[in-house]
Amino acid sequence: MRNWSFVSVLVLVAFATFFGTKMVGNSYAFFAGYVVLQYVVLATAWNILGGYTGYVNFGTAAFFALGAYSTVVLHKTLPELPLPLMIAVGGVVSGAVGLGTGYLTLRLRGTFFSIATLAMAVVMQTLITNWSFVGGARGVYVIRPDESPIFDGDYIEYLFLLMLALSVIAVAVARAIEHSRLGYGFAAIRDDELAAEASGVPTLRLKLIATALSGGFMGMAGAPLPYYVTYLDPSSGFSLSYAVNTIAMPLIGGTSSWLGPVLGAVLLGTLQQAATVTISSALSLLIVGVLLVVFVIVAPKGIIGWFRR
Amino acid sequence: MDFPLDLLVNALVSGLLLGGFYAAVTIGVSISFGMLDIVNIAHPAFIILGSYIAYIANSVLGLDPIVASILVLPGFYLLGMAIYHVYDVSFERRGDASMRGLAFFFGLLFITEVTLVLVFGVDYRLVEARYLGTTLHFGFIDLPMRLVVPFLVSIVMLVGLQLFMARTFIGRAIQAVAQDPLALRLMAANPSQIKRIAFGMSIATASIAGAVLIIIQPVEPSIGREYIGRVFAICVMGGLGSFPGMLAAAVLLGVVESITSTFFGPSWSPAVAFGFLLLTLAVRPSGIFGRA
Repeated sequence: MRNWSFVSVLVLVAFATFFGTKMVGNSYAFFAGYVVLQYVVLATAWNILGGYTGYVNFGTAAFFALGAYSTVVLHKTLPELPLPLMIAVGGVVSGAVGLGTGYLTLRLRGTFFSIATLAMAVVMQTLITNWSFVGGARGVYVIRPDESPIFDGDYIEYLFLLMLALSVIAVAVARAIEHSRLGYGFAAIRDDELAAEASGVPTLRLKLIATALSGGFMGMAGAPLPYYVTYLDPSSGFSLSYAVNTIAMPLIGGTSSWLGPVLGAVLLGTLQQAATVTISSALSLLIVGVLLVVFVIVAPKGIIGWFRR
Repeated sequence: MDFPLDLLVNALVSGLLLGGFYAAVTIGVSISFGMLDIVNIAHPAFIILGSYIAYIANSVLGLDPIVASILVLPGFYLLGMAIYHVYDVSFERRGDASMRGLAFFFGLLFITEVTLVLVFGVDYRLVEARYLGTTLHFGFIDLPMRLVVPFLVSIVMLVGLQLFMARTFIGRAIQAVAQDPLALRLMAANPSQIKRIAFGMSIATASIAGAVLIIIQPVEPSIGREYIGRVFAICVMGGLGSFPGMLAAAVLLGVVESITSTFFGPSWSPAVAFGFLLLTLAVRPSGIFGRA
């Protein structure tokens, strides 16, 4: 399928999702759906680096929370700015941090990059905790408007629609990468970086592109968060559950194509929403951890691996 | 304003003691990551598990935390062997250790942490022993036993392991296994088995490290994460797999963190380790004390 026809199909699916959710007639459907879509964006973003180039990022929470806190800063300084612009700023901030971390660590073995991202999450949290302008350790309140600014409906419907749009963009970009020169370069790095370098693939530059793209999308996914939760503190913004979910979803769905993370995010995200309501949120996180371990041991190619033999 | 010399000296001394403790926390990773090339990011979670076991033994049975940790050492050793067995069969033999192996340990980290939260909740726990409240004074230098005991225990463990690695056949085989598994096979030692023993030992150190951790500070399930950055920073900076280098790096980090926390406030100290790690990775990835 050509890229443009793929995008039109995606947009159709998105509209169907929106009106389907509206049919439920309960604003909780939008609150739950927003979280699932947020994970579609996060898992797809993680997979651009993790699945395509094979570099594991443990710092999802840092990129995500940076996006969220850049919105907090904008909300306090330029409250008139429309949310889509705030999302763009969040994406740029997180993308730049991804680029910086990548520049320092990507010339080394892949495991050093992974460890650095893990440590970076802790440090970003320390910085935000010590920065009183954005609430520090006490957290910050953000007032959510009542009405959607562009159509007749609740503000949560607007947030849902924005996250839906972000999902469409992220998935379209991920799929476009797969069938481009960039994607073949990424795959060469994943399969044998030394051989790729020797055959003239500019490995460092490609890895930096992947890190910046991936970090940028994570930041964009986090940018609307303050308006969704209305109260944001460092320990919830930097929660490890974002990192573990974002790794578990592509690995469970399958990392080799764009479909894997989407599948994983929809399945695992919905399962968690249901488990959080019916059992408890800690137990639902435990389920994710166990599923992750079981899948990497038993089904290394994920769910899509079952259908492609 | 005069320069607060007594503050500085006290910060140096407590940093030195803290460094000894950091060495105990890192030594397990120094074995698994430095010698076996297994990126066990779940190690701090096992340390927290050790802390909670020491806590139970202390609050229910009234045992000394260090004694309790030595009693459960064989259990941790077996746990480590079991984890290595799964890792070996699922990832190393498939030649797929990097990404899925990392995800595997990340999953273990998460499962351990969430299970501890479910069982004990997120309250801070601490241990009691008679010697913990006392402080020795030498002039204006304070030596709190809360830091001295962990320091001594760590040094004993470090020296013991260093002797084991240098003097025994298994110890030398462990050092050899990452360098040349084939040569090891020719010496009639099975690399898989040697790695299983070594990984068991690395997890066993988590039991003692956990006990000294809960002596130094109150513990809750998620503080293990603060140690991931520190542990790997020390391990990389010390030159992978070298115990003396690791001790030196641990003391250096302890001193810098202690000075930061004395003069800028304790909430900044986690950032120091990360700064160290990034700087080491960017400037000298073989470690300050490593062979270039």
